[in-house]
Amino acid sequence: MKRAAAATAAGRSDAAGRVLADAIRQGRRWYWQRMSAMVLALCVLVHLVTIVYAVRAGLSAEAVLARTRGSLAFGAFYGVFVLACAVHVPIGLARIAEEWLGTAPRVADAAASALAWLLAALGLVAVYGMVAG
Amino acid sequence: MRRASDWRAHRHPSWWAFVAHRVSGLALAIFLPLHFLALSTALRGDAALDGFLRYTERPLFKVAEWGLVVLLAVHLAGGVRILMIEFAPWSGLRKDFIALTCGAGIVAGLAFALALVH
Repeated sequence: MKRAAAATAAGRSDAAGRVLADAIRQGRRWYWQRMSAMVLALCVLVHLVTIVYAVRAGLSAEAVLARTRGSLAFGAFYGVFVLACAVHVPIGLARIAEEWLGTAPRVADAAASALAWLLAALGLVAVYGMVAG
Repeated sequence: MRRASDWRAHRHPSWWAFVAHRVSGLALAIFLPLHFLALSTALRGDAALDGFLRYTERPLFKVAEWGLVVLLAVHLAGGVRILMIEFAPWSGLRKDFIALTCGAGIVAGLAFALALVH
């Protein structure tokens, strides 16, 4: 998709090419933001119920880890949750950076990609810690 | 291109829905990496996670946690509203969805507060 955008842009004037490439980039962001949002809507609902349940039961490492350690279901669910966050959060922050800080779209995109990998790594390590730690 | 803001639009409930969605999203985005780092203490054993959890029993942390739960519920409901506007075939429910967003925040806030005092 990136290559298609560059190729299409190359055949036009620089300004028109940039506008087209930015439009394609925005469309791609919109798509992934909404797709991740659909996954997150379910994950967050389950997470909110889990939070209330866990807090009612009392938050101690022993009580929490007894439920999470060795649980494939916990690992799979929160693994998906983390990856959806890693897609969703950086796109939102990139948009805010552009609108509120005036960050250039290309810079915001590059920072968002880096943040996506960082969040995925931090989140998956945390899930690993809760399941296998 | 930046355009001068028409402040009349800021009286519309949809504008407040946008503000709530953006502010909650920003706060949650700042919190998320800290949340991951805190949970990763489990890798250093039960005692390390327990030490962290004891630390968060202070009232200030509980108030912050309560706020984050409310923001999460508000961002969820506000996000579902956007998905409905963009993907659902019906319209006319948009202000109702803003009311539902407020309701979701209140319900989550009450449920979490009740769980805390349980």
